[in-house]
Amino acid sequence: MATNKFDMVIRGGKVIDPELGFGKDATILINQGKIAGIEIESAELKKQIENLPEDKIVDASGKLVVPGLVDIHVHLREPGREDEETVVSGCRAAAAGGFTTICCMPNTTPRIDSQEAVKFVQDRAKDADARVFVVGAITKNIEGKELAEIGDLVKVGAVAITDDGNYVQNPEIMRRAMEYSRMFDIPVMEHAEDQFLTIGSVMNESFQSTRLGLPGTPSVAEEIAVLRDIALSRLTGASIHIQHLSTKEAVEAIRTAKKEGLRVTCEATPHHLILTDEEIGKEFNTNLRVNPPLRSARDRDAVIEGLIDGTIDCIASDHAPHSAEEKDCEFDQAPPGMIGLETTLGLIKTFLIDKGLLSWADAIRKMTISPAKILDLKGGTLAVGAEADITIIDPDKQWTVDPKKFYSLSRNTPFDGYKLSAQVYKTVLGGRIVFER
Amino acid sequence: MSQLSSRHLLGLESTPKSDISLILDTAETFSEVIERKIKKVPTLRGITIVNLFYEPSTRTRISFELAEKRLSADTVNFSTSTSSVKKGESLRDTVQNIEAMKIDMAVVRHSSPGAPYFLTNCMEANIINAGDGSHEHPTQALLDMFTMRKKYGRLKGLRVLLVGDVKHSRVIRSNLWGLQTMGADVALCGPSTLLPREVERFGCDVYTNLDEALEGVDVVNVMRIQLERQQAGLFPSQREYTNLFGLTKDRLKRLNKNFTIMHPGPINRGVEISSEVADSKNSVILEQVTNGQSVRMAVLYLLSGRKEELA
Amino acid sequence: MTPGPNIILSDKKISRALTRISHEILERNSGAESLVIIGILTRGAILAKRIAATIKELEGVEVPVGLMDISLYRDDVHSKLEQPIVQRTDILFEIRDKNVILIDDVLYTGRTVRAALDQMVDFGRARTIQLAVLVDRGHKELPIRADYVGANIPTAMDDQVVVNVTELDGKDEVYVEIANERNR
Repeated sequence: MATNKFDMVIRGGKVIDPELGFGKDATILINQGKIAGIEIESAELKKQIENLPEDKIVDASGKLVVPGLVDIHVHLREPGREDEETVVSGCRAAAAGGFTTICCMPNTTPRIDSQEAVKFVQDRAKDADARVFVVGAITKNIEGKELAEIGDLVKVGAVAITDDGNYVQNPEIMRRAMEYSRMFDIPVMEHAEDQFLTIGSVMNESFQSTRLGLPGTPSVAEEIAVLRDIALSRLTGASIHIQHLSTKEAVEAIRTAKKEGLRVTCEATPHHLILTDEEIGKEFNTNLRVNPPLRSARDRDAVIEGLIDGTIDCIASDHAPHSAEEKDCEFDQAPPGMIGLETTLGLIKTFLIDKGLLSWADAIRKMTISPAKILDLKGGTLAVGAEADITIIDPDKQWTVDPKKFYSLSRNTPFDGYKLSAQVYKTVLGGRIVFER
Repeated sequence: MSQLSSRHLLGLESTPKSDISLILDTAETFSEVIERKIKKVPTLRGITIVNLFYEPSTRTRISFELAEKRLSADTVNFSTSTSSVKKGESLRDTVQNIEAMKIDMAVVRHSSPGAPYFLTNCMEANIINAGDGSHEHPTQALLDMFTMRKKYGRLKGLRVLLVGDVKHSRVIRSNLWGLQTMGADVALCGPSTLLPREVERFGCDVYTNLDEALEGVDVVNVMRIQLERQQAGLFPSQREYTNLFGLTKDRLKRLNKNFTIMHPGPINRGVEISSEVADSKNSVILEQVTNGQSVRMAVLYLLSGRKEELA
Repeated sequence: MTPGPNIILSDKKISRALTRISHEILERNSGAESLVIIGILTRGAILAKRIAATIKELEGVEVPVGLMDISLYRDDVHSKLEQPIVQRTDILFEIRDKNVILIDDVLYTGRTVRAALDQMVDFGRARTIQLAVLVDRGHKELPIRADYVGANIPTAMDDQVVVNVTELDGKDEVYVEIANERNR
């Protein structure tokens, strides 16, 4: 140890860092907000640690110590709907859910399609409990008509572009966006749903929509959109990232594209990994209304399979706050979206890890280094010299989801009352504890 | 004594056979009441019923209103065709406001599937679904079943063909589920663009050729075709729809003897059904309307005063 | 439940009572010409048929018999969790200007008869409505009395008077279930 002065020491826990290939009990040393080491305690180190004041030592016995989680798909609603979420409240929810890095989507009011808007969010995030990276718009006002000033957006720190919420329906516009993005080496993120096939729809088209008489959108709306983007990526050489993948055929399309060596990545949300459209008919719970919609079991299983075999690179929450008032209505009148920052980790543990579908190491990879690499973000690892962004997980903590206790300003989750089997214990951001229970 | 298993009537998909039988049996009694000179009984005196119509409707509303009045209930009507959320009050606020006037029962017509279910979480009143979007229209199906049972003395084993816009028809859904529960043999027929996804999972025969579908059928229940569907590109023209799916006299020979023609109304004469067929001796279209009274009176009677679900 | 010692009316006594009531009806109404008989479902309807048969024997006149279900006219419908099953009311004749004999098995609080009278009014304007019951057990809550009574049987409020008729129950008899025995 070069220095014997540590700001914080996390000891006693099992450290998992898929990027470092690390997975055993170890002590993490933090100095000046950076990782100073992952060590098996020698007698000398032990002595050093025991000389530290007590408040600098975090006892992580029985816990998992992992790189701070990264969520590249979050809606912060600021500016415009500060009643639903603000940058600060969203970051607070992120910290409570174990996320130290989040990427926010540009479909705020006004849209994040200008330098001013990017800077505004960055400014709000300065002292927040998570690092916020801004994803700018592909087109002005995310209308799919004219390119936004992408160069300007990247210049002030936008890490990618997307018109999330809308598919860039015009293939010519998307082609130009992809070509243009190459100059800045940023990925183009896509909400892949053909808008003509989703007109009026409020759920997946399946026997469930047939039963309920609710207008549905077929899964091919996603497949077609994904296939087009893959073709455009092949043409332009652009790096593309498909958001919230939800169908069997789209997973297959990406699997094929990856085999071909195209620069395609994608994400899956906890809700598409866990829920199906059969939930909707039970109570017409508007919190189940989401775009893309919850699909059938065959799609859900294919998304899980894609996550396991690596076709799907990462897990993202698509945290989409909506006010209670807006969700307290008829199913087809509710705005689409559900929040996820504070439930993602527990859901992944309960529904994937506990069922033997995913190992802790794989799950952590898909929530840390893997998403970080897609957008070329720092973080997602505990390598020496990295920012000390660390999530400590109580891996077998049983708890019941209670939206009233959320830090998010919104409550729109369909997982209310779910019993989950893991919970965040502490979240450390740059060597500072930003959340603990 | 006997009772329904629920304190609301939201749909027939999960309504048990015993409930349907009880409603139809009780409706028999009311069919006698409405033949009396004084077609009114004091049963629901002191009960206040609101008819919440969020979608334009004349027939269903009048039928419910008359049924309520003939049971001596006090009734109020709330009709609006504007969507609740876009402007003004939310559905919850509206109905809570209305319930604050001490309402015991609510009859609801709404364009959103599941809206009646939503209302069960907003108010204490007994809720009767009078049509929710493309989802269910249970009293229409009950009166259709009542009409069939009156004629044939049974539902079990009857071959019933439902013709029309299967995708958007709440009458078809409710009929299908109710009839299947009662042991009838249901078949569907409509243009393939108006057959919803995985329609075969309803567990009945599905046809796109009307002549084939009519073979061996006892009851044909023809649905009104909405002109908007043509504008939405779901079939090319009214003319072609009539050619392919219009019920005309020469098509009737494929039906079983003693067949029955039904239509929930309002009829597009010469479109989905020819006048000749609609007015024929096998048509029970007007009886359906009369029976709607008995069935709705029965439903109102059986649900009234039910404060809690069966334990 | 074995009725045993509490039998109030045997089959013979019931038969005699019905015959006497039939005579009284004919006497009071000067024959059978103006009569119609309406029995309240379920057991009153059976007694109505028997009285009509007796009158036919005595006078040779076929008196119209109607059946009435009073469920829809009850005043306690909304205070109960369950709704009574409504049966069909069957009055296929004109009652205007007729002498209507309303028949029930037991007269107790009078509420059933009140409901029946309300319903009669909706069917038309009878010249008179007269009430015949097999058993009057007391405890009336309304100013209603029977014109013809088979037997007066004093009971406690909680007792239950059970009328069995051959057509439904296999034999004719009337017995009382004493409340404290029932609860034992």
